[in-house]
Amino acid sequence: MSENRPTLQVTASPHITSPVTVNKLMWAVVFALLPAFAGSIYFFGLRALIITLLSVISALLFDALGQRLFGRKITLFDGSAVLTGILLGFNLPPNVSWWMPVAGSAFAMLVAKQFFGGLGHNFINPALAGRAFLVASWPTQMTTSWLAPRGGVISGLPASALNICTDAVTTATPLNVLKQGAKLVLPGCNPTNLYEQLQSWTTLKSLFWGNTGGCIGETSALLLLIGGLVLIITRVIDWRIPLSYLLTVAALVLILPGHKAGLVNYTLFHLLSGGLMLGAFYMATDYVTSPLTAKGRVIFGIGCGILTVLIRLWGGYPEGVCYSILLMNVATPLIDRLTPPRVFGTRRKK
Amino acid sequence: MLKFRGGVHPPEGKEATEHKPIETLPLPSRVLVPLSQHLGAPSQPVVKKGDKVFTGSVIGEPGGKVSVPTHAPISGTVVEITELPHPLTGRLVTTIIIESDGNDTLDPSIQEQNLTELTPQQIIEVVKNAGIVGLGGAAFPTFFKLSPPPDKPVDTLIINGCECEPFLTADHRLMLEKTEEIIEGTGYLALALKVSNVIIAVEDNKPDAIQALKEAVAGRDFRVIQLKTKYPQGAEKQLIKACLNREVPSGGLPADVGCIVQNVGTAFAVRNAVRFHRPLYERVVTVTGNGVREPKNLWVRIGTPVKNLIDFCGGYNGEPQKIINGGPMMGIALSSDELPVLKGTSGILVFNRVPELPEQDCIRCARCIQVCPMGLSPTRLNYHIRAKRYATAKSEHLLDCIECGCCAYVCPAKIRLVHTFKFGKAEIARLKV
Repeated sequence: MSENRPTLQVTASPHITSPVTVNKLMWAVVFALLPAFAGSIYFFGLRALIITLLSVISALLFDALGQRLFGRKITLFDGSAVLTGILLGFNLPPNVSWWMPVAGSAFAMLVAKQFFGGLGHNFINPALAGRAFLVASWPTQMTTSWLAPRGGVISGLPASALNICTDAVTTATPLNVLKQGAKLVLPGCNPTNLYEQLQSWTTLKSLFWGNTGGCIGETSALLLLIGGLVLIITRVIDWRIPLSYLLTVAALVLILPGHKAGLVNYTLFHLLSGGLMLGAFYMATDYVTSPLTAKGRVIFGIGCGILTVLIRLWGGYPEGVCYSILLMNVATPLIDRLTPPRVFGTRRKK
Repeated sequence: MLKFRGGVHPPEGKEATEHKPIETLPLPSRVLVPLSQHLGAPSQPVVKKGDKVFTGSVIGEPGGKVSVPTHAPISGTVVEITELPHPLTGRLVTTIIIESDGNDTLDPSIQEQNLTELTPQQIIEVVKNAGIVGLGGAAFPTFFKLSPPPDKPVDTLIINGCECEPFLTADHRLMLEKTEEIIEGTGYLALALKVSNVIIAVEDNKPDAIQALKEAVAGRDFRVIQLKTKYPQGAEKQLIKACLNREVPSGGLPADVGCIVQNVGTAFAVRNAVRFHRPLYERVVTVTGNGVREPKNLWVRIGTPVKNLIDFCGGYNGEPQKIINGGPMMGIALSSDELPVLKGTSGILVFNRVPELPEQDCIRCARCIQVCPMGLSPTRLNYHIRAKRYATAKSEHLLDCIECGCCAYVCPAKIRLVHTFKFGKAEIARLKV
């Protein structure tokens, strides 16, 4: 070979690559959560900001610590730790102690994520694992540290309902009122009336806008939907999981027995309350812990929906989004095995 | 509009050359002709050092059942017959080096033929003797495809004018400039296969070519069909699926579903072979990419060093980082610009800056599964191969992978999936898994 020849790079095809990267996908979800983050600060004030920031910062630190411990490359800015931190913060009641997000992040990043191999290898959603760890360890903090939102009350109930019922109602979230309704009311207060109030358009509007009690980032269905739709349109997330999840919840609450004040209102109440929007759009869609194929994702969404409704109606907790997604995370390898794509030129195996 | 499953939409990058008429590259002073430019056995040299050859003279005879002869691309003197690394595989291959006499004297066998009574067998023979291989890139001997086994009746011929690879415009220009000739060649191919159902398939990003072909087929019952622009629309199995809604079975060939696919460039070469007994010694090559000053479409003699093409296109535009033989999705990166153009070289791409992002761990986003036109699960295959679980990879249809590159293109973790699959296939062959 003669001189002055260029030094050429010889690598396998393809020689072009799409501009989408892991970091961009993670940061896209982070940005999609910003409207809900802004909403949470509006509704719950500085506490929402502090708790979420504590969660994010500690998630970054514990992720890096885990990577250091296991000799992995430290990737503070790939967006995944920030995303887990935000999601964990969003899953905490606004009035929890400052160390709760730190403890939750430690469990999420070290145990759920880095112990299993880091990003891409965890088998359950780290943020939800962190939340489940906190609920199991400090149940009282996690189930009572609610704050009244700006422009609303914790239960979301209209003022007329508050006059007739006990203080307990004023410290319970909408789903808690649905679960414990009869137990929360004083003698002489009509529980049927309470469920009607709970499913009134006034409460539904509060659930839609976000001025009800609940975890920091879960209350505003509207703001979560905006970000979720952006993620679907930009193809960051697959529409199949949220859609099958939400439709399953809607279909089941329609047909199963419950304190229905009206079918439409009752269905909307279930769709808009609790962590369903946050879970369906931002956590059930976590790539790492959800199935690979379109069919598998629909099964996953349906499974999440069934478990959520079962827990809400008959389980020990008022809300079932967190556990249902965690359980379906565990079922994901099985779903993947049962739903491989059909290879071109082969018949589907019986 | 019928379509295939999966696929991607990379930026087309065809603007630089799609409106540029094909220019003829000046005769090279020296050509390097490897005797293995096709799939199948290499041809065997029939000339020796010092022999004078004409343009189109046979210099290599078929070396096996699936093999074709090789011809001299220029007239001159054989100066060396040596073992050189194959431009694409790097394996040593017998290469005949010819120095030009500058006259480009045609071999006397090349002249207009009397075409009154053409039989299918004659056409197949002529196509074989002309050294014609699939010009879409895979370079499978064309005569072999024209002789399907008798138990596999073929009812349809598809002429592939998709040119779905980004940046390449060689087929596009050929369809515009040699429309009649392509149709004529298509007629010979249909005759050789004894089929009456002929489809000419073009992606809808080439409306001018579709228009020209539609006008040229007037009076014949060939159908020109417009397909959605989506990579890899021109891949054989995907093309058959889109045109006929037939699926070539796993491990099978198009003939298994009664179909044969030939590239438009091949049809043109067949026309020259049948009409003039002109062997395949030149082809259209698109020279483009940000690393070359004036991108062009060129008529190039086989064996011309890549450097000649780049010089004719104004030279390098800065420091080249990568030179690719073929398109950006499936082309092979060359190790030197002194390597020659082959029968299957549809393009020479010069890229200055190729983003080589580090591999990250798979996040199971499943984009690779969504885009795989073969219905494979690239992320799983990748894990299997890297863990040396070759038998598992094989059972999950690794060998059905067409290496189109869709998976690696979309992978956000930038995992070198195709690289792994090529390695895995080679290991399966080596270890006889």
